[in-house]
Amino acid sequence: MIWPVDLIIMLLVMVSGIGAIMVRDLLGAAVLFGVYSFLMCLLYAIMGAVDVAFTEASVGAGVSSVFFVAAVFRTSRRTKD
Amino acid sequence: MRFIALITILLMGGLLFYGLPDFPDWGDPASPASTHVSPYYIEHGAADTHAPNIVTAVLADYRGYDTMFETAVIFSAGLACFFLLRTFRQKSAETKLYRHIPTGVTLRIEKGGKTPAGSEEFEPIDSHWVPYDMIINMTCRLIVPFVQLFALYVIAHGHYSPGGGFQGGVIFGAAIILFAISHDLRSVFRRLQEKTAILLSAAGVLIYAGTGVLCLILGGNFLDYSRLAGLLGVDAVMARSHGILIVEIGVGLAVMAVMVMLYYNLSSAGRHDEGL
Amino acid sequence: MEAILSSFLTKYNYWVFIGLVMIGMYALIAKRNLVKKIIGMNIFQTAVILFYVSIGAKQGSTIPILDSGHGHDAHHAVQAIDYINPLPHVLMLTAIVVSVATLGVALALAIKVHQQYGTLEEDEIAAQIDKP
Repeated sequence: MIWPVDLIIMLLVMVSGIGAIMVRDLLGAAVLFGVYSFLMCLLYAIMGAVDVAFTEASVGAGVSSVFFVAAVFRTSRRTKD
Repeated sequence: MRFIALITILLMGGLLFYGLPDFPDWGDPASPASTHVSPYYIEHGAADTHAPNIVTAVLADYRGYDTMFETAVIFSAGLACFFLLRTFRQKSAETKLYRHIPTGVTLRIEKGGKTPAGSEEFEPIDSHWVPYDMIINMTCRLIVPFVQLFALYVIAHGHYSPGGGFQGGVIFGAAIILFAISHDLRSVFRRLQEKTAILLSAAGVLIYAGTGVLCLILGGNFLDYSRLAGLLGVDAVMARSHGILIVEIGVGLAVMAVMVMLYYNLSSAGRHDEGL
Repeated sequence: MEAILSSFLTKYNYWVFIGLVMIGMYALIAKRNLVKKIIGMNIFQTAVILFYVSIGAKQGSTIPILDSGHGHDAHHAVQAIDYINPLPHVLMLTAIVVSVATLGVALALAIKVHQQYGTLEEDEIAAQIDKP
């Protein structure tokens, strides 16, 4: 584990996680959640969990984002908080 | 509400910080999680199952029960989404919309008008403005077979490299979802019907459970693949390796079909019209 | 002070885990939008997965795919210290796929609620329930 890379990714994970729940647009929240999942996948890969990282990359960053976008498309983009 | 939430999470965070000194250090080889059962898996995994990827060996062989019921959970989630959203009542529209495929012109037909149904050059659409992009269509159509091939590689090569039924199934489902996004849902239904998807997901779980029952019939424990040695014509260790492959194929089928089912229902809110 | 600093340096993965759990819990309790709540639930799940993966890590080890297994002469003994603990990886791998299945069901429920009430905000739904 190379600590500068690690620290930067952890910082970005926190920022994108907070951004995903703070942004006032559900489509933006879905995209930020995809970013969050992909950064999480990098974190798992750094820690040597290659299988988990592979699953997170295909499931979290790929299919989950599509599901979120589909659900937002079928409901509404508007959010109050 | 926000105040209560802040107090709750600060309390919870404080409790976790209080427990922090008791957590094992990061990367400590002598931590409790790494000392009891996992050394056995690492040292005997390859000799027992002939699978160098220990994660696959533990997933499908040592902890086969766990994975079987995870597959059942995924299957029931697909069914739950189907029962929640699916509506079979078609609302009969006053006017029907058709697109002339070569030119991209939208045709609006009033009630009682003659529809060009059955014609090769027209396709039914649902909203007035449906963007049609030949570049996106053709690119995705070219990419999809390679993505599917990669998914099959991931399933088949799970013994030797990262991968396995879950990842391969999700990638295969993602290929079909990519096709559905670039075209529309109707053209996917012509290739993979909803009924087929449900049957495939059930078949995946059935392959997994059926392998276990077959081992039971042949005189072993449930999911004890070494009993399949006589049936497959190999020795006991290779039989466990092949057994892992068989259940991974079952898992891949179930996961692929459930991902596609979830997308069908979520993207059209259960109406199964045009989708995104 | 020194003890806190050393515990920070050896355990900073857990600090991130605690932070993500707090973010997820906050979204679950304080946010009124249903999709935001679902995002919070997913952040909570990934935080727990990060915790498990951090527990399984070993300093100076390689990924849990055996070196010697690719040939047929796998006769020299495998040392457990050389490979990262595979058990948490297995548990979390299935948990991720189950999390996407539960995400599908949760989004289906949100779409159903939106069909019924025309909104995703909790307070507006409660007002509509109380009105008649």
